[in-house]
Amino acid sequence: MINKILVFVEQRNGQIKKSSLETVSTAKKVAQELNAACEAVIIGDTIENIDVIGEYGIQNVTHIKNPDLYNYTTSGYSKILSDHIVECGADTMFFANTAMGKDLSPFLAVSLDASITVDCTELNIVDGDIIATRPVYAGKALIDVQLSGNKKILTLRPNVFPAVSNSDTKADVTVKQVDGVNLDNKVVEIKKSSDKLDVAEADIIVSGGRGLKGPENFAMIEELAELLGAATGASRAAVDAGWRPHSDQVGQTGKTVSPNLYIAVGISGAIQHIAGMSSSKYIVAINKDKDAPIFQIADYGIADDAFEIVPALIEELKKT
Amino acid sequence: MKIVVCVSHVPDTASKINISSDRKNIDPSGITFVVNPYDEFAIEEALKVKENLGGEVVAVSVGKENHKESLRKALAMGVDEAVLLKTDSELDSMSTAHVLADEVKNLGAEIVFMGKQSVDYDNSITGQLTAAILGYNSISVVVELNINENKISAEREIEGGREVVESSLPIVITAQKGLNNPRFPTMKGIMTAKRKIIEEKSIELGESSTKVLGMKKPPAKQPGKIIGEDTSAVPELVRLLKDEAKVI
Ligand SMILES: Cc1cc2nc3c(=O)[nH]c(=O)nc-3n(C[C@H](O)[C@H](O)[C@H](O)COP(=O)(O)OP(=O)(O)OC[C@H]3O[C@@H](n4cnc5c(N)ncnc54)[C@H](O)[C@@H]3O)c2cc1C
Ligand SMILES: Nc1ncnc2c1ncn2[C@@H]1O[C@H](COP(=O)(O)O)[C@@H](O)[C@H]1O
Repeated sequence: MINKILVFVEQRNGQIKKSSLETVSTAKKVAQELNAACEAVIIGDTIENIDVIGEYGIQNVTHIKNPDLYNYTTSGYSKILSDHIVECGADTMFFANTAMGKDLSPFLAVSLDASITVDCTELNIVDGDIIATRPVYAGKALIDVQLSGNKKILTLRPNVFPAVSNSDTKADVTVKQVDGVNLDNKVVEIKKSSDKLDVAEADIIVSGGRGLKGPENFAMIEELAELLGAATGASRAAVDAGWRPHSDQVGQTGKTVSPNLYIAVGISGAIQHIAGMSSSKYIVAINKDKDAPIFQIADYGIADDAFEIVPALIEELKKT
Repeated sequence: MKIVVCVSHVPDTASKINISSDRKNIDPSGITFVVNPYDEFAIEEALKVKENLGGEVVAVSVGKENHKESLRKALAMGVDEAVLLKTDSELDSMSTAHVLADEVKNLGAEIVFMGKQSVDYDNSITGQLTAAILGYNSISVVVELNINENKISAEREIEGGREVVESSLPIVITAQKGLNNPRFPTMKGIMTAKRKIIEEKSIELGESSTKVLGMKKPPAKQPGKIIGEDTSAVPELVRLLKDEAKVI
């Protein structure tokens, strides 16, 4: 029996993450179907626009506040969140499956003696319970999972569930000051790799592979990405050659992504690469070999030299 | 110092996955199983820590008899001992973590290395669960690690950057690609590994807290479409993205 769902809303630099708003809308929908209550909690210092959570479906929000909570800390956040869950009486917790959500949720599973399943891409209600569907083997298969016990934790894959803002309702935010944050695990600095968008969070990704021949030719990939407001990604061949950072790698041993649009340039479409991006809504492939496996999953392919097509595409996009 | 490294045994990433007849698992026939790629980074880091600080590295795996192949590889890379916590049951992450935590306690290890993710179920939580059960500190998805006495400083990958984290022993670290370059086993290592005895222990299992109701293949993607073979296809591509797909 699920009576109360609590959503952990993630902030970084005092800003709410989009993936958390997706989680808020999804939790609200599930709660309505189950006739359960639904609340949200956010941990941090000063946070902008917390009340938008109301627009995405949850009215009742607790902001747990302390300057030591500005940055994420595994030890601090897990203790505070565990206490809060017990206090608010939630039996089911939703997280976004982000770096923070993946790190934090298992600690709650242990402290609350809850069952946990991660990276869900579909939730269905069957006989008053949540049945979660999630990819395994890098998306080569899907499983349906049921959680047992009185307490349950689910994490939702970003970019899969819609964030639905369908009212102007502002959330009621209760601020709860805490002290004595446990800093056994302390973030002393955040190094930004650059100002660019991360592939895991982007709606559009332009990726390059070995077909680009060298690191200098990623300039055109970056230009195309910039025009589209996209993140840049890479195949493992481009990463292993040292052309691109590992954080750009898409695939089974890189990041699993599901953007609205994935453009693969000079990438052959090896099984490990496809595993990480085949759930993209639309796939474009540019490859001079028309037999390259990437074309088997591309919605729109152009079989020609990337050094001709990409500049032409940039020109065409600039026109419109 | 006792160092534990946890190793899972997974289908080679090049494997095609087929579903078993009970529709709850994969069909293992024709699949080659290997050391989980992230666990190679974990093994390498454990060996480096031992080389710098002294101690002993024990590789641990929970699973079937065939997990010995991956433990054998860990021995060939240079770990001192290997333990198979043997079961034929499919364990979920929570059960696996309990079994691993018991063994870590039993061995009295203060530092535990794992992979950030096992490329079978892609759970990415076993390290954190084990740390939570043990009451150890934890840093996941680590790409850089420094240990100074009992102080730990690490960088972990997050969206768009890295967090620099300070913590202390005892700790569970989960390894991400980029942490190091795993060594290849030497001929001598392989020979030594062959002679070593892998300790086997049977384990007590509680009820699994998650139930897999079924496994299926993802819906097939529409077969791809090549819309052109030169730059004349570019305006058409832009039109399709705008009007048909509506993604730009
Ligand atoms: C354990 C393991 C894990 C792996 N994990 C990943 C992973 O996470 N992600 C990943 O990507 N790979 C991964 N791989 C590697 C994978 O098997 C492939 O080797 C890799 O994806 C190939 O990258 P690529 O497509 O860029 O290079 P290639 O396969 O060499 O393809 C280059 C393509 O570029 C095309 N090309 C060449 N010149 C041009 C041109 N001028 N214009 C247009 N096209 C051109 C060629 O026709 C070719 O199709 C993994 C492998 C292993 C063993
Ligand atoms: N059966 C297992 N035996 C030993 N270690 C495991 C096992 N399963 C997972 N692990 C460890 O936990 C890490 C993360 O796995 P997972 O949470 O399943 O993605 C792996 O990289 C291993 O280090």
